[in-house]
Amino acid sequence: MKGMSIIVKKVTQLISGIIFMYGIYIITHGHLTPGGGFAGGAIIAGAYILLILAFGSDAVNLRSKEKGSSLIESLAIFIVLLLAVFALFMGAKIFFANYLPKGQLGEIISAGAIPLYNIFIGIEVAAAIITIFLALVIFKEEAKK
Amino acid sequence: MELTLSILIGFMIIGAIFAIHAKDLLSAVITAGIVGYSLVIAFLLLKAPDLAIVQIVIETVTLVIMVAVVLDSTRDELKFKNDYKSFTNITLSIIFAAVLLFFFVQAISELNLFGEHTLRMAESYVNGAAEKTGSVNLVTGVLFDFRGYDTLGEATILFAAALGVLTILRIQAKK
Amino acid sequence: MIVFILCFILFLVGLYGLITRRNLIKIVISLSIMEFSVFLFLVLIGYIDAGVAPIVDLSLSDQIYVDPLPQAMVLTAIVIGLATTAMLLAIAIRLYRKYKTFDIREINQLRG
Repeated sequence: MKGMSIIVKKVTQLISGIIFMYGIYIITHGHLTPGGGFAGGAIIAGAYILLILAFGSDAVNLRSKEKGSSLIESLAIFIVLLLAVFALFMGAKIFFANYLPKGQLGEIISAGAIPLYNIFIGIEVAAAIITIFLALVIFKEEAKK
Repeated sequence: MELTLSILIGFMIIGAIFAIHAKDLLSAVITAGIVGYSLVIAFLLLKAPDLAIVQIVIETVTLVIMVAVVLDSTRDELKFKNDYKSFTNITLSIIFAAVLLFFFVQAISELNLFGEHTLRMAESYVNGAAEKTGSVNLVTGVLFDFRGYDTLGEATILFAAALGVLTILRIQAKK
Repeated sequence: MIVFILCFILFLVGLYGLITRRNLIKIVISLSIMEFSVFLFLVLIGYIDAGVAPIVDLSLSDQIYVDPLPQAMVLTAIVIGLATTAMLLAIAIRLYRKYKTFDIREINQLRG
């Protein structure tokens, strides 16, 4: 599909960086304010989808992007599993436990391993939504030729 | 509060009925977005900000995918076939819906009134949860510490859905 | 209690659309409407009058919070709803590419 006009392209370049930063803010402050891993991951996926829609599929090499996002998604969920199994060896010896020290309430480095889980689940959700969208776009492009 | 919510849900019902009976497929998809976005306002009124953020972003992504599917295909709805099968379907479904509504009205007389929920099961989760998990956000604490297995299951389902879409939409190279 | 009954009527509207429509896209939309009504019902049950959002404020004590358990359930369910709708739409695209129609009765008769 063709891209949109030049005004849309310039505005999208400026705004998608701000949306990406907002997504990272919601993920990392997941234990202090409303949000968490799922909301932040969906927002980051929205920033990438906005870029693909504004510039058209001619300007982007879609197949390599799809390979990259599948790889990142698989790595992220593998690291979540590693963190959960690692809890079997430390502390209370329960699967998926919260084993790092819980700091003071209300600080950004607190709540044990919850911020780590938030970050990697956020990456996984973002990569999964981008992979689904890219698979649909590639299928429509291939069949048009 | 109950009046505001009733008006909002009435709005959603009207939008849903229109989306099912629309003549053009693109109008049906856009009207189905009304139900999703009104749900965001309902979540904000019911003091659930986590859910509002997730629902608005995912509803936008779903609408974009649906419009991409509909725009490249035939956009007109099929003619209403006046044959025996359609009329039996419609009559049976209305009778079934009336029976279900009757039993539902009987069943909710056992529930507490709206707004007077007693925290029977959540007592042990809410009391002292901020000290036990270390997180100020109670929903994140419940989701990642007390109920971690469910979160792991959900991440697996999303991963499996991405794999499934990749498998269904695979183009074989012609040899 | 009228809120619960209205929520169930939304579910029944989705069920009616699922049974009687023949177009695949309308079936997907009806399934999505049924899911939304269930999310709304779960969050409606957990609401307490004069409660605040479940973020603990350390300076105030004896604060009534809205029930956080249904909210955690619905958060998981929203993402799963997206996954289901995406797979249904992928199947619908594939069927359209092969049979050139979205009508389920004609696809049933063609069966190539």
